Amino acid sequence: MDFLRPASWEEALAAKAEHPTAVPIAGGTDVMVEINFDHRRPEYLLDLNRVGDLYEWEVGEDSVRLGASVPYAKIMEHLRAELPGLALASHTVASPQIRNRGGVGGNLGTASPAGDAHPALLAAGAEVEVQSAARGTRLVPIDDFYTGVKRNALQPDELIRAVHVRKADGPQQYSKVGTRNAMVIAVCAFGLALHPDTRTVRTGIGSAAPTPVRAATAEDFLNAALEEGGFWDSGKVITPSVARQFADLCAASCNPIDDVRGTAGYRRHAVGVMARRTLTWTWESYRGTRTASEGAA
Amino acid sequence: MSSPKHPTASAQRGAPAGAPTRITQGSQTRGAIGESTLRPDGTLKVTGEFAYSSDLWHEDMLWGQILRSPVAHAEIVSIDTAEALATPGVYAVLTHDDLPTEVKNYGLEIRDTPVLAYGKVRHHGEPVAVVAAAHPETARRAAAKIKVEYRELPVITDEASATAPGAVLVHEHRTDHHVGHVPHPNIVHRQPIVRGDAAAAARRADVIVRGEYTFGMQDQAFLGPESGLAVPEEDGGVHLYVATQWLHSDLRQIAPVLGLPEDKVRMTLAGVGGAFGGREDLSMQIHACLLALRTGKPVKIVYNRFESFFGHVHRHPAKLYYEHGATHDGRLTHLKCRIVLDGGAYASASPAVVGNAASLSVGPYVVDDVDIEAIALYTNNPPCGAMRGFGAVQACFAYEAQMDKLAKKLGMDPVEFRQRNAMEQGTIMPTGQPVDSPAPVAELLRRVKAMPLPPERQWESSEGADVRQLPGGLSNTTHGEGVVRGIGYAVGIKNVGFSEGFDDYSTARVRLEAVAGEPVATVHTAMAEVGQGGVTVHAQIARTELGVAQVTIRPADTQVGSAGSTSASRQTYVTGGAVRHACEQVRERVLELGRRRFGSYHPAWATAELLLEGGKVVTDGGEVLADLAEVLGDEAVEVEDEWRHRPTEPFDLRTGQGNGHVQYSFAAHRAVVEVDTELGLVKVVELACAQDVGKALNPLSVVGQIQGGTTQGLGVAVMEEIVVDPRTAKVRNPSFTDYLIPTILDTPTIPVDVLELADDHAPYGLRGVGEAPTLSSTPAVLAAIRDATGLELNRTPVRPEHLTGTA
Repeated sequence: MDFLRPASWEEALAAKAEHPTAVPIAGGTDVMVEINFDHRRPEYLLDLNRVGDLYEWEVGEDSVRLGASVPYAKIMEHLRAELPGLALASHTVASPQIRNRGGVGGNLGTASPAGDAHPALLAAGAEVEVQSAARGTRLVPIDDFYTGVKRNALQPDELIRAVHVRKADGPQQYSKVGTRNAMVIAVCAFGLALHPDTRTVRTGIGSAAPTPVRAATAEDFLNAALEEGGFWDSGKVITPSVARQFADLCAASCNPIDDVRGTAGYRRHAVGVMARRTLTWTWESYRGTRTASEGAA
Repeated sequence: MSSPKHPTASAQRGAPAGAPTRITQGSQTRGAIGESTLRPDGTLKVTGEFAYSSDLWHEDMLWGQILRSPVAHAEIVSIDTAEALATPGVYAVLTHDDLPTEVKNYGLEIRDTPVLAYGKVRHHGEPVAVVAAAHPETARRAAAKIKVEYRELPVITDEASATAPGAVLVHEHRTDHHVGHVPHPNIVHRQPIVRGDAAAAARRADVIVRGEYTFGMQDQAFLGPESGLAVPEEDGGVHLYVATQWLHSDLRQIAPVLGLPEDKVRMTLAGVGGAFGGREDLSMQIHACLLALRTGKPVKIVYNRFESFFGHVHRHPAKLYYEHGATHDGRLTHLKCRIVLDGGAYASASPAVVGNAASLSVGPYVVDDVDIEAIALYTNNPPCGAMRGFGAVQACFAYEAQMDKLAKKLGMDPVEFRQRNAMEQGTIMPTGQPVDSPAPVAELLRRVKAMPLPPERQWESSEGADVRQLPGGLSNTTHGEGVVRGIGYAVGIKNVGFSEGFDDYSTARVRLEAVAGEPVATVHTAMAEVGQGGVTVHAQIARTELGVAQVTIRPADTQVGSAGSTSASRQTYVTGGAVRHACEQVRERVLELGRRRFGSYHPAWATAELLLEGGKVVTDGGEVLADLAEVLGDEAVEVEDEWRHRPTEPFDLRTGQGNGHVQYSFAAHRAVVEVDTELGLVKVVELACAQDVGKALNPLSVVGQIQGGTTQGLGVAVMEEIVVDPRTAKVRNPSFTDYLIPTILDTPTIPVDVLELADDHAPYGLRGVGEAPTLSSTPAVLAAIRDATGLELNRTPVRPEHLTGTA
C-alpha cells in the first residue's frame, strides 16, 4: 500500500487524477476501521492531513462553507448558532477522540447510510463542493449526492473540498437511536429543520434506507398543512393529528432492513417517534422565538 | 507443509521487553488486611504505561497469524499451504499434520479441542493453520494464501437440531467420562437434582407460575486481546510469556502437544488486560510455542479485536424452563426446572457450568421439593465456557423473574415475598448440603430496599432537559417524553471456589530476610493477576502475618507450584489462604530462630505467645523482645507450601445429592431505571448493591469488584449479546461497533453496602467477592424495566424492539 502525502490541495487533486483508486484519508475514522477489519486494502491511501485549508470554515451571508476536514468538535464549539442541526449531530458522533479527528468530508466520502452528519445536511440544505484537476469545481446538491449504498456522486478523480450548508433560518433538531447512551452507531437517525424564510420544513433520515433520504411526502404534507392552517403566521400549536400524520409519513418513507443493529419494523417505528418529537421541539422553539420577538417589538 | 530452512539463532536470549518485573510495595503502599490499599499498577494502567502481553517485544521475533474457518461446520477436503510458504518473509506454515506428537487436542476437562482442525471444523472461526513471518502484515497475507477446501455440513444450533433423529454428531467418537450418562451424544453433560417430591408438593400450591426464559450469549469483552510471546530456549524447551488465568492449567495442556516435559515449558504471566473467565481456555499459547520451536525464533501472536471474538469462549446462552408453586401465605412449595445451556462446538468448562446451574437453580431460597435438570449441548455455535458467574448467572435471571411473577400473583411485595422464602444459615441446599456459614439473604434485601431512592426527573434543569440523564443520552431522543421510571429487586447465590470434588489448592512461597537492616518479605505465587487485586492482598497478608512494611511480590510463573485458577471468586480465599499458611510457617521458623539466638536473654521467648509486629518480635502483652532484622541476621527464612480449602464431593449423577460446594456468596441489587417507552431505550439511573463479603481484606478493591460486576450484569441486561445467525451458526457482530458494552454514560451510580459476617471456615472469615454482583444485577434491571413497561420480558438482553413490539 502506497501512502501519498500531498502538501497542498493542488497536489492532492493531481495525485487523485494520477491514481483514481486512491482512497482519501483525513481523520481516518472510517477508513482505518475498514482496513483493520480487512474490508478493504486500497492500493493507495491519499493523506489529506497536510492540506491545511480543509480545516477552515467561512461563515457567509447565507451559508457556511465548511472545509471537509473540520472536525466535529469544532462544529460543536463554533457553529452551534449557524448550523444547529449539524452541531447536534456532531454531538452524537462516537467519542471525544473521534470527534477531534473526524469531519463531514469523511462522512460524505464514505456515504454510509449510518453516517451521523447526513440527516442534518439533508434537513438544513447543503451543497457538496467537489473538485478535480481536469474539470475544476462543481457543487453537488445534497439531494443528488447519495447514489446508492456507500456510493456517492463523486467521479474517480474528484475530491471533496468543502460542504456549503445553509445557515439556519429557524430551529433545527437531530435525534439518533442507538442501543447505548453514548458512542454508538446509529440504528436510525432523524434530522428536521424549520425554514421560516421559505415557510418549509426539511427532513433527513439516516440508517433506514439504502442511502440517507429526505421524507419528501411527509415534508409536502406538512408544508401544505402548515400553510393551509396559517401556522407560520399564528405560531399556534401544531394539531396532534397533523404531527401524527407527519410522523406516519416519515416512517413510511423509510426502506429499512433487518440487521444485527435492529429490525426494519423498529427502525420505521423509531423514525416516526423521532419525527413527531423533533417537529414538536422545533415548533415549540419557533413559537417561543416568535413570541419573544413580538414581545421585544 | 514443512518450513524453509533458516539459521537458528542460538544465542542466549534475555527476557523480552514488556515482561513483568517484581513489585516492591514499601511504606507508601502500606496496609494490613482490612485497610484500603491502592494497586501498585493502578497509575500505570490509567496512564497507559502498564506493559500488557500485547506489548511484549523481542529483538529478533517473528509474528504468528492464525487462519480460521469461515464456516461453522464443514469437512476439510484439502489444505494447500504451498503459496503461503513461498511468500518472502514467511518462516513457517503449520497445519494439523505438522503437530509433533500424538497429542493433538487440548481442553480444560475434556481434551476435545484440536490444536489445529483436522477432518472437520466445528465452529465459525476455528483455527485451521498458523503462519510465522517477519512482519505481521506478511503473516496475514500469507495466511490468506492458504487454500482450504471445505465441504459444508448441516449446522447444529439448538436443542431441537442437536437431538433430532439422525442429527449429525458434533463429536463422532466421544470417549470422555460424561458420554456414559448423557441421553444423546450431542449433550456434553447432564445433571439432575431431585429432592423431596416436587409433584406432590405442587398439589399443595395455591398458585403456580411457569416461565420460559432466554439468556443471550455474553462476551467477557476484556480489553487486552489474547497475546503472548514464545521464546525458544537453548535446552530445547520454550519460555512462554502470556496473559492467562491459570499458568499451570495451560502448562498441563501445552506440554504434551509440544512433546516436552513440563519443566521444559517455562511460563511467565505477562500483563493481563482483563479475563472474566475468557482466559481459562487456551488461545494462542500452543500455536506460538509450536512456531517458536519450529523456527528457533521468538514468536509473538496478538489477536486483533475481530479475532478476539473468536479467540475465547463466551458465556453459555441458555433456555430455562421454570415452574414454581407457592401457598397463599407466600411460601414456596416446589420447583421444577430445566436449564439448557448451549456449550457450542467444544466442551471447555461446560460440565462444571452444568453443575453450577443445576445446584444453584433454586437461588437463595428454601425449597424442599425440587425436580431439576441442567444440560449443556454440543452445537456448531461458538464454544462457551467460563464467564464471571458461571452457570449461576443464567439461573438467577430465571428464578428472580419467577419470584416477581409469584409475588404479583399473590399480591405481595416482591421484596417481602423473597424475604419470606430466603435461605439462612442452616438451610439445606437442594443437593442436601447444609449452608454452614452466614447467609444473610433477607438482610441484604432489607438493606438495598432501605437505601434512599434517587430523586425523580433528575434530567430537568433551568436550561431545559439534560439529555445525559435521559434514555438515549447524547443521541437526543427524548426531553422527557415517554419516560417512565421503574424499580426492581433481585438477589443471587454463587458458589466460591472449585466444586464437585475438585482438588482445589494453591501454593505460596514466602521468604523473609533482612535487607539493609530492614525485614523484607517476598511473596511468590503463580496466581494470575487479572485485575482482581491479589497483588495488594498478598502484600497485605504478608504485612499482617509477618509484621513487616516492605513486601516484594514476584512475577507469577511456573517456577513455583500451582495457584489454581483466577476464577470462581477463589483467589483471595485460596491463594490468599496459601500465602497466610506459608507466612505462619515462616513466622514459626523465625521465632524458632529467635529462641535459639536470644531465648536465653528473656524468659518470655519460652513462655509467652509471640507475634511479629512493626518489624519486631513482641509478646502478646506488647513487650518488644527483639528486632526482626536482628533475629534474621544473614539468614533468609523461606517456605513453599500448598494449602487447600475443605474438600467437596461430586454430585450424584442421578439425584444431584452431595456436598459439592465450598462456600456461597450473596449479593442483592435494587435497580432504578427510566425507560423511554415509545423508543424502547433504557437509562439505568441507579443500581444499589448490598453484599456480604465475610471480611473485606481490601475494602477499596471490594467495592471496585462489586461495581464492576454490577456493570457487567447491566451490560447483559440491556445491550451485550453475541448474535449468531441460526441458519449458518456464524457470528454476526464480532466487533465493539456492534457488540456494545456499557460506557460511563450507561453506568449508573452504584451505592454499595458491604456486610462482613465472617465465615469461620475461610481465612480471616472472608467470602469470595467477584462474581455474586454479576448475578443479581441483570434480573434487577429486568425487573425494573418490567415495572416501568408492564411487559413480561422473558429474555435478556432486552433490545428496543422488545419494548416497542417491533421485534
